[in-house]
Amino acid sequence: MNPAIIVFIYLAIVLYIGVFAFRRSFSETGEEFFLAGRSLGPIVFLLSLFGTNMTAFAILGSSGMAYQRGIGVYGLMASSSGIVIPLTILLIGTRIWGLGKRFGHMTQVQYLRDRWECDGIGTFLFALTAAMLVPYILIAVMGGGQTLEAVSTVVGADGQARPWVSYEVGGAIVALVVMGYVFFGGMRGTAWVNTFQTLLFLLFGTMAFLLIARSLGGFDQVMERLAGSPRTAPLLSRERIPPQEFFSYMFIPLSAIMFPHISIMCLTARKVEHFKRTVIFYPLCIMLIWVPSVYLGVVAASQFPGLKPGEADDVIIRLLTANAGALLAGILGAGIMACVMASDSQIMALCTMFTQDIFVHYGGHQRFGDHAQVWTGRAFVVIITLIAYWVALALKDSASIFELAIRFAFSGFAALSPIMVAALFWKRSTKWGALAAAVWVLVTMLGSWYLFQISVPLAPRPGQPPVAIIPALGDLFLRTPGNVTVYGYLPVMPMCVGSALLMIVVSLLTRPPSKGTLERYFGRV
Amino acid sequence: MRAWLTLVVLLVLLLHQDVWLWTNKSLVFGFLPIGLAYHIGYSFLAAATMALLVRFAWPHQLESLGSEKGSVQE
Repeated sequence: MNPAIIVFIYLAIVLYIGVFAFRRSFSETGEEFFLAGRSLGPIVFLLSLFGTNMTAFAILGSSGMAYQRGIGVYGLMASSSGIVIPLTILLIGTRIWGLGKRFGHMTQVQYLRDRWECDGIGTFLFALTAAMLVPYILIAVMGGGQTLEAVSTVVGADGQARPWVSYEVGGAIVALVVMGYVFFGGMRGTAWVNTFQTLLFLLFGTMAFLLIARSLGGFDQVMERLAGSPRTAPLLSRERIPPQEFFSYMFIPLSAIMFPHISIMCLTARKVEHFKRTVIFYPLCIMLIWVPSVYLGVVAASQFPGLKPGEADDVIIRLLTANAGALLAGILGAGIMACVMASDSQIMALCTMFTQDIFVHYGGHQRFGDHAQVWTGRAFVVIITLIAYWVALALKDSASIFELAIRFAFSGFAALSPIMVAALFWKRSTKWGALAAAVWVLVTMLGSWYLFQISVPLAPRPGQPPVAIIPALGDLFLRTPGNVTVYGYLPVMPMCVGSALLMIVVSLLTRPPSKGTLERYFGRV
Repeated sequence: MRAWLTLVVLLVLLLHQDVWLWTNKSLVFGFLPIGLAYHIGYSFLAAATMALLVRFAWPHQLESLGSEKGSVQE
């Protein structure tokens, strides 16, 4: 049996979930389509919020990175997220939920425009966040095509390996399925599919871990082998991760609450009490996904030594292929599809942002009504999917550019977090402070990208010391094997600090919003 | 209470930087590197910290909004 059949069954199930959500919708209002009527229950809210934040990197990329850098990857990316993300959901997410309930906001920009009495600055923030979301959607369509092509490849009678489904057809199928359930099901369909995908992630991670453990006869001997070799022993500690980089990564999870799809998802809970379980179980959900991924990445270093950084990204697939049967390869394919299809919530967020921040804001809702608002959203879903598919075909070999863009976007979203904190908790903050911080984020993000690109030929090999990018500036900008650093720290750190300082200084130098607006948001001033 | 909770959160954030285990390669139960075991424990600590915050720093003022149907103020 071709493993692709299991993937097709999976795709049919998620499409059905979207159509089922459409039939279960309570009405055809904007609030129902874009926010599931602000009525999600606690379990769906927890699993969909968590699933929204899980991408292909959680399973595939993390194991590839652990293969290269060791068990420290868990502390670097997972346990740091396990504390910072729920903290931001508790402190910021609940407040955003409350404001949405009180004033009807559906996006971050709607709130910021109202809170700071600004129009153009809101449009600038919309453009900045929308531009940072687009690479996620492109990568997902590309990943869908590549995964279906890889999973469906079989060796024919002539001994030649041929894909049953080509990249072009695979990408089209994935794009159509995602478009289908977002188009019909809106936020409710997306949340239900995310819930299903999260359960699949958890099941897949546990199954992969147990199967490989059984096949290898337990992990004790593997670990002893790794510890016994000078080449692999550092993988059991954090020797391959500099302390400055480890510290800098604490800032990255600040991006989560600023991602429009996470922020909008926070508005879907029926009650604020639904956040309670979410924030308590979030660190444990991260642990359940990431521990097997990181651990198996290190185990793979014993079974498949000598893989280069690009090749190491599929170590978990290699481990399963070597230690599990053909049927499981199909289930694995479905699990990977669940990862790469995590773009649904980004499409949904982009559609909500366009409809609310542009169409509704510039009078479309008043002129054409609630029904037209929903159909504008649906039309946007179709258009963005078609564009993403066209780009995925035209720039098939340029996936690395978009992957790089995603990395910089993480830092960008993290550095935007002071804007939201100021809006929620600091009465004296102003729109000019927000603009200064947002421009700083844009400039530093582009600057980091530029430094990364010009330093590609200088990049040292893993294990070698970093190289100064501009020797006249000493250690200010250093190039490591995979990053640009500022005095050894990742750019996200100065980006966040600079954004916060600009927010404070420029706000103090400019006039705050009117007394009426402040009373609306903070009570008596 | 707020000051104590802030202190607890800062302490938990600080505990993430377990510099004392940086080069330690010993195995717990024979198969789990100690650095990974520590951060698994840290994940439970993070969950416990969040439970503490939910108990003592919960935004109760927002609870009434959930019971209001159509609570939007234009």
